Amino acid sequence: MSARNIFTRPARLAAIAPWLWMLLFFLVPFGFVLKISLSQTAIAQPPYVPVFDLTQGAAAVKAALAALSLDNFKLLVSDDLYVLSYLRSLVVAAVSTSILLLIGYPVAYGMARLPQRWQGVAMMLVIVPFWTSFLIRIYAWINILQHDGLLNKILLALHLVSAPVVWLSTDSAMYLGIVYSYLPFMILPLYATLAKMEPALLEAASDLGSSPRQAFWLVTFPLSLPGVAAGVLLCFIPIVGEFVIPDLLAGSDSLMIGQTLWLEFFTNKDWPVASAAAVVLLLLLVVPLILYDRLQRRQLEQAR
Amino acid sequence: MAEDLANTEPQQDAADIPLLRIDAVVKKFGTFRAVDRLSLDIRAGEFFALLGPSGCGKTTLLRMLAGFETPDQGRILLGGEDIAQMLPHQRPVNMMFQNYALFPHLSVRDNIAFGLKRAGMPSPQIDTRVAEMVALVKLEGLEKRRPDQLSGGQKQRVALARSLARRPRVLLLDEPLAALDKKLRESTQFELMELQRRLGMTFVIVTHDQEEAMTVADRIGVMDSGRLEQVATPRELYEAPVSRWVAEFVGDVNIIEGQLETREAGRLTVSTRDAGTIAVAEPRHAVTKATLCVAIRPEKVKLSRRGPVSDPPHSHAINRLEGVVTDVSYLGGVTSYKVKLDSGAVLRSSMANTARIDIDAYSAGQRVVAWFTPDDCVVLEQ
Repeated sequence: MSARNIFTRPARLAAIAPWLWMLLFFLVPFGFVLKISLSQTAIAQPPYVPVFDLTQGAAAVKAALAALSLDNFKLLVSDDLYVLSYLRSLVVAAVSTSILLLIGYPVAYGMARLPQRWQGVAMMLVIVPFWTSFLIRIYAWINILQHDGLLNKILLALHLVSAPVVWLSTDSAMYLGIVYSYLPFMILPLYATLAKMEPALLEAASDLGSSPRQAFWLVTFPLSLPGVAAGVLLCFIPIVGEFVIPDLLAGSDSLMIGQTLWLEFFTNKDWPVASAAAVVLLLLLVVPLILYDRLQRRQLEQAR
Repeated sequence: MAEDLANTEPQQDAADIPLLRIDAVVKKFGTFRAVDRLSLDIRAGEFFALLGPSGCGKTTLLRMLAGFETPDQGRILLGGEDIAQMLPHQRPVNMMFQNYALFPHLSVRDNIAFGLKRAGMPSPQIDTRVAEMVALVKLEGLEKRRPDQLSGGQKQRVALARSLARRPRVLLLDEPLAALDKKLRESTQFELMELQRRLGMTFVIVTHDQEEAMTVADRIGVMDSGRLEQVATPRELYEAPVSRWVAEFVGDVNIIEGQLETREAGRLTVSTRDAGTIAVAEPRHAVTKATLCVAIRPEKVKLSRRGPVSDPPHSHAINRLEGVVTDVSYLGGVTSYKVKLDSGAVLRSSMANTARIDIDAYSAGQRVVAWFTPDDCVVLEQ
């Protein structure tokens, strides 16, 4: 065996590993979901038909294949409930991401301009909430926002309101929860791009006649766009499929697609419709996911 | 010889107000005085170099001229107007940055046009000016490239074109050639000089490379610890340094310490421990201290087997020192020798290799006479 082969064999294995991972933990489960989405609900175990049974021979499998249909997808398109859920998910994600950008950008900008030794401290402060379970932090917000919660107590004590305000189970509470939870995902990529920006570029801009405001819009902001895109996609994609925060903090009059999916699956026991909803959600998110992937690739190439 | 050099310095008209006057400027960082009551006049059309070791305050001074630092005390007058407190974007000066600071998201064209747009120049004029600048630095055909698609030398040209585009009253250059390799750096130095003469502009360059400063500059200000040690032409700086520090910082030098013995007819004799009694030319400035330093550049120290072959008329004044060659470094154009004198001191000598065949070469272990005239020596009071 030549020396070259000794090194290439593990290298090839390493290259296959991520594909294997994707196949086992993404593609195969997705195949199951896709198959269930093409099935019909049934009172049985599992609660749908047809079921592939390879022991029954090729004819049975062929019959099962013939029984698959797109009925569930037709239902998703025709029923307002699902269309509205998808729309609400997209709107909530878009609004939340905008708020996150408006808050996150100034914070990241401020962090990047701190003296070097304080930047580490600021970074810790952004990350520290992760040390507490996400669910516990959302429950803490319920405590703060509820009828006799901390927020109402403070408002009453300051005589800003005369009676307790309803915070919980409103869209405001949901947006608060989402923005609170996702803020680090917006700040960190923005901070990363802003911190590595050469200060001499701003000096050059000012030397060439730009006021500080012009220098920001002509140099800092355009150069931070990769960070903006990364932050926006990193927040937008998971918020679209968000379930826990709207379920705990928002009212029940309009649902995000994650909640609808949960209802179909657990309450209605309609696995096929829930699966179809999941497949459509995935297709919706493929566009921003591809965008994100491209962006990361381009940054990697630039870094080379 | 040293005394005559004063006349070679460009004469300043009495009516000629300096373009740039730095007047008792102080800049402190905490308790550290980066620039310490420094005054300097720079004339219009001059190529001026600030030379000094790192941390001497030269970059801080340049940054105060650009407006990135504000002096704690003193004035900076540009054409008679105090610009010390003016913001960088309001100053009619431009800077070429050390690592060029080109905008990575803009093309070559847009980098050069950046300052013109901020100045509110109409776009047809911007196009003309950019084309002019591109031609000036020979970047034709690269206008649409981005900085990361350019070589180091090309980036340097874009940076130069960008800083010249606004036709600044003073162009500041912060170690502009430091990132280039040696060959490219040398050719670029000559291009810079040519450009400066052609445009008739005032250039102030900061560099730690004395050869670069001597090549490009009309005058050099040597800085140390926030102060100017000497402001002079390259030739005067080298041949008539005002202090031991300057003599040692600029070029190689032999320093011999000694006591003033006699003074007569433009000659001083200095008695030294290392080289016996040396005759030196009396300096321009009055000698007040008894303890002196005699500085002799290595190329002024000639070696021979028996001393000067044909003695000039005042041969009695030639300094002859005997010793043994200990080190020979052949450097191409010159050969550098170390001669251990009989006193134990080491004298350096460098001799031009004017002939291909090495009839004049000495080898290690050979006994030689090292000699130099009184005019070859510079007397310094520490």
